[in-house]
Amino acid sequence: MNKRVITGAHYGTRDWLAQRITAVIMVVYTVIVFVCVLGGKPMGYAVWRDLFAQGWMRVATLLFVASLAWHAWVGVRDILMDYIKPDGLRLALQVLTILLLGAYVAWTIQVLWR
Amino acid sequence: MSSATARKPRPKYLSLPAILFQIRLPLPAWVSILHRVSGALLVFPFVAWLLYLLDASLASQAGFDHIRHYLGLPLAKLGLLLFAWAYCHHLCAGIRFLLLDLNKGIELGAARRSSLIVLIVSLALTAWIGVMIW
Repeated sequence: MNKRVITGAHYGTRDWLAQRITAVIMVVYTVIVFVCVLGGKPMGYAVWRDLFAQGWMRVATLLFVASLAWHAWVGVRDILMDYIKPDGLRLALQVLTILLLGAYVAWTIQVLWR
Repeated sequence: MSSATARKPRPKYLSLPAILFQIRLPLPAWVSILHRVSGALLVFPFVAWLLYLLDASLASQAGFDHIRHYLGLPLAKLGLLLFAWAYCHHLCAGIRFLLLDLNKGIELGAARRSSLIVLIVSLALTAWIGVMIW
């Protein structure tokens, strides 16, 4: 166990744990959607619209996309730290990633509560 | 450590062709790198594409019909199939990594077997989804 104390550093444990918790949330949502789509009535516009008109489905979908954004942030940051060596380029790509993931969450809210 | 090993230049950096063609990656390594590749593909472009599909298909009856027609095009089906593989592989490999985190199946034999299972199950699920699409 690393006992060094440096203010503000978490040694990645929080991100590591967050990535795993969000992964489990996304697995649960995947199973729910699979059951709803395959186990329900034949898919048409009315069935599709009614599925996403329900409050719990909207909340679950938003939770899924929020989990995805957090999960993907940890993953993409790991990839960028491994492969992109120039600091400026890596920072720029990290900022772009945050903007992209933020846009995904905002777009989801817009689509669900229109 | 023998002196011969100590004199070798370290660290040794590998080119991409060397990784692809000279070194035989063990199966768990394939699962690991494909987990990265599929994850990156899901972040972009697949999440953006799926949000577009969700947006248009929920907007109106006309939008839903348009998306249904659009997803019938061969190129869109190919895109759906690639998405299905990326999602299934990332999901299956992710479940394996969660189990490894819980110290389940960390012996060499078990880890190799589970990585083979991940590769096969994700390809089988992709094939099943492909059959449903076509």
